[in-house]
Amino acid sequence: MAQGSLIGQSLPRVEDDRLLDGAGCYIDDVALPGMMHMAILRSSDAHGRITALDCSAARLVPGVIDVFTAEDWPQDMPVIPMRLIPLESSVPFLQRPLAQGKVRYVGEPVAVVVARDRRTAEDALEFLELEIEALPPVVTRDQALAATGDALMVPEVGTNISAQYQIGRGDIEDAFARADVTLKKTFQSHRHTAVPLETRGTIAVFDIAAGKLTIHGASKVTFFNRAELAKAFNLRNDQVDLITSDIGGGFGVRGELYPEYYLAAEASRRTGRPVKWIEDRREHFAATNHSRDVDCELEIAALKDGTILGMRGQVRADMGAYIRTNGNVVPAKAGQFLPGPYRVPAFACEVLALVTNKTPVGTYRGPGRIEANFFRERMLDCLADELGMDPAALRMKNLLGAAEMPFDTGDLLPNAQKVVFDSGDYPATFRKLLDECDWDAPAQVHSDGRLHAMGLACFNESSGGGLYENARISVAASGQITVSTGSSSMGQGVETAIRQICADALSMAPERITVALSSTTLLSDGVGSFHSRSTVMAGSAVGQAAAELLDQARGEAGRRLNAAPAELDYSDGVFRVMGQSDRSIRLSDLSAMLSDQGGLDVESRYEQAPLGFSFGAHAAHVAIDPGTGDIEVLDYWVVEDVGRVLNPALVEGQTIGGVVQGLGDALYGELVYDDMGQLLTASFADYLLPTSTEVPDIRAVATGDYPSPHNPYGFKGAGEGGIVAVAAAVGNAIARAIGPAGDAICQTPFHPEKILTLLHAAKKGKQ
Amino acid sequence: MILQNAQGDARIIAGGQSLMPMLNFRLATPTLLVDLNRIAALSGIGMTDEGLRIGAMTRTRDIETSALIAQHQPLIAHAVPHIAHLPIRSRGTIGGSLSHADPAAEFPALMLAVDAQMVLHGPQGARVVPAGEYFQGLFETATKSAEILTHIDLPHWPEARRFGFQEYSRRRGDFALAGIAFWADMDGDICGECRVVAFGVSDRPVRLHGVEQILQSHPLNDADAMLQARDAVDDLLEPDSDLQASAEYRRMLAAELLQRAVHAAGGMA
Repeated sequence: MAQGSLIGQSLPRVEDDRLLDGAGCYIDDVALPGMMHMAILRSSDAHGRITALDCSAARLVPGVIDVFTAEDWPQDMPVIPMRLIPLESSVPFLQRPLAQGKVRYVGEPVAVVVARDRRTAEDALEFLELEIEALPPVVTRDQALAATGDALMVPEVGTNISAQYQIGRGDIEDAFARADVTLKKTFQSHRHTAVPLETRGTIAVFDIAAGKLTIHGASKVTFFNRAELAKAFNLRNDQVDLITSDIGGGFGVRGELYPEYYLAAEASRRTGRPVKWIEDRREHFAATNHSRDVDCELEIAALKDGTILGMRGQVRADMGAYIRTNGNVVPAKAGQFLPGPYRVPAFACEVLALVTNKTPVGTYRGPGRIEANFFRERMLDCLADELGMDPAALRMKNLLGAAEMPFDTGDLLPNAQKVVFDSGDYPATFRKLLDECDWDAPAQVHSDGRLHAMGLACFNESSGGGLYENARISVAASGQITVSTGSSSMGQGVETAIRQICADALSMAPERITVALSSTTLLSDGVGSFHSRSTVMAGSAVGQAAAELLDQARGEAGRRLNAAPAELDYSDGVFRVMGQSDRSIRLSDLSAMLSDQGGLDVESRYEQAPLGFSFGAHAAHVAIDPGTGDIEVLDYWVVEDVGRVLNPALVEGQTIGGVVQGLGDALYGELVYDDMGQLLTASFADYLLPTSTEVPDIRAVATGDYPSPHNPYGFKGAGEGGIVAVAAAVGNAIARAIGPAGDAICQTPFHPEKILTLLHAAKKGKQ
Repeated sequence: MILQNAQGDARIIAGGQSLMPMLNFRLATPTLLVDLNRIAALSGIGMTDEGLRIGAMTRTRDIETSALIAQHQPLIAHAVPHIAHLPIRSRGTIGGSLSHADPAAEFPALMLAVDAQMVLHGPQGARVVPAGEYFQGLFETATKSAEILTHIDLPHWPEARRFGFQEYSRRRGDFALAGIAFWADMDGDICGECRVVAFGVSDRPVRLHGVEQILQSHPLNDADAMLQARDAVDDLLEPDSDLQASAEYRRMLAAELLQRAVHAAGGMA
């Protein structure tokens, strides 16, 4: 089997047998001897001062072994840090594990009960006597900007603006002065979040005698989380282990360093028992990061022929009550991606992050991109209408071509990180989408009484963030290979991808390779799974580790076979002296011979090169019922160039899953707060997800035409392209379906009531 | 007996499709659950002199697939597939749905539309309550604390009766944002006695007498009568706004669904 022969093969998912047979091991499947259960008293007020918190009655409930609050923390409570895009102005708004003096959102942890089972712990919560003196709740961006006095999250800071900066490129004044047409609109991307089937959970085991803290149920960014938990509990990194398990969906929200990890660890430290916490669904909606919730005032300047001269605007993100580990990613990416895959020679944007009395915001699949793509792509359709142009032709005219690559995007991030689009021919890939969905065919006549239309959206998407990734490959005497990386599995198929790359690099059958991901016991260091990075970064690290391992093994094999390393052929786990097939040695035998040095066991770090950018486009066919406003998405197409394609079946699965999730977000899921900051959508009765009957026919095409020049395999990320332009494409389709009334489609989600109201208003306007 | 002794702190569990979520959310915390699932006499569909009798513990799925229902209660047969999803219909019971009395559920509206009689058994014996008096508000029925709904009697359905059933929900299988159950006894092309029942738009299913009067003595395809009927729906209904739909949207939906239901009855859909 030659190296390179497995790249591009649709190997079946190695994890599926285990997961579909019910043989997976999720965190709630883990039970440890003597384990206790934790329940958390969460604030039911959005904003207020804690005036009293009496735990004495709860302590007396049979089965309760401990109750603690912020006051009981042995020293200063740790501050949960920013991991990504940290800005100085955001620091005063960081969260601590328990509310201290004040509560700032419904769901904020206030006290912890540890009991023999979850039921008892929940019953005991009702005996905690918490008194809160209400402060004015801040629930909108405008309220956040106007806030003074008691409406300030942190009065000493004097403002609820947690970040504010300007980005841009080119001469924006000149662009607008030269324009034939300018348009100005306000858009909004609503608050929603990822809803993994498995909620979060952890078991903390604090062994004080051994000086060891073990956290089960970790994922995503285990090494960063280990370092922070070590700091918080005065331990060295090597005294803390984070152990991963099977995960029922991550989507960016799981595995961040949330308050609950600190609370479970502290509960275990105090009680000397393993302590389990499993988030229930109601907690999930209030405690797990929310996302999106960005608005944008956007203005575009263009020539009559559709040439875009410039875009300017302001992006305002509602960050919720605290800035969490994802720092300013959501607003920063919403700003950065606003010009998108187009030329846009002049661009100016103010980015604002605002704190309010809602659940904190973090990253969810496609953070900032969903928002920016919706704002820009809706604006482009409005511009096409204004100019009387075909929306496809307008896009084609402005997309960046192959001759313009690499394309320097200018200073679009607050930390002055330079971003360059690496490769691609965006019009050529867009052409493939137009052919795929038959855009240029004459409009079909539908006789079902509904209003039909197609909508388009383009995007490009960075991937492979994070400074480095580690991979470790070891060879057992049995011949079994074990590979580990710092990236973790959330069900997305990383195990399959890593095994495939490792098998390819070692030119071996994939069955001989076992994958173990991300637990801190497996590697010295690592980064994690986010930003469509696992195949790009961990995959490259595996390739590098395999090359180093083979290099080391070749030298050893040469010594054992009395041949120069260059005289050796390698394939399928065996070194052979060229031309003499009887003089050979297996990797497994070499590893056994080297057992006093630990066998063949290589850990390698792959350092980050510049990011790779995929480009793709979506098309949606919707039908609107003019009597009810009902929106049905009938057909959906995605074409994305993801660089070199490792496993087409995995990419297709990622894309289709992303589209379905995006449709749910665009049409159903919304986190709604009332004027008092109460969360009204805390169950699946109110927060709607798409079910199988709402899923249209989806065609996903991954092209491998433009490999990234920045990593050895040419991979670009494929985890987010399916979701990032769904709101944009569906919004454009709805707007085109309902005619002039569609101009008002500027906000997600798209609710049938809104559509029917627009249609009725348009009818009245005509009469 | 058990219900009496529990002094109101017991709940009857039938298919568990509404009560179990309430227990899970800690919205209901009875100390005692009385399970009716193994009482065979409470299940089944049979003919009586007056029409059909359905046992309260009859599963929704059994009603959906019943030849008797298909033949003698075509409106119910047509509407039942709209109820939730197959796994829920396989477990949920008609009596459970009627006792729970969710104003957006299909069974209460259907019972009101077909003039069903609810048979209740309690310590004082049996009594019969017509559907029109049975539903008394949001999750409230005429059942007293020690009583059990045992059977539902459905009167005879005339051959010439035409019907339509329409509901709208954002996802298939969800509770309706609004719905209409309609039937008409035809006198040639002319609508004679008829029923218009709206659900999902009030604290209980509501019969719209005013709309019935407008539709009577016109053909079902009479455009002017339909305009008036739609306006009357708008006037008569005072739904609440909630997260899923505003009062205004519910009224617009109910008017549209009325038209579709009437047209379906008239073979115009």
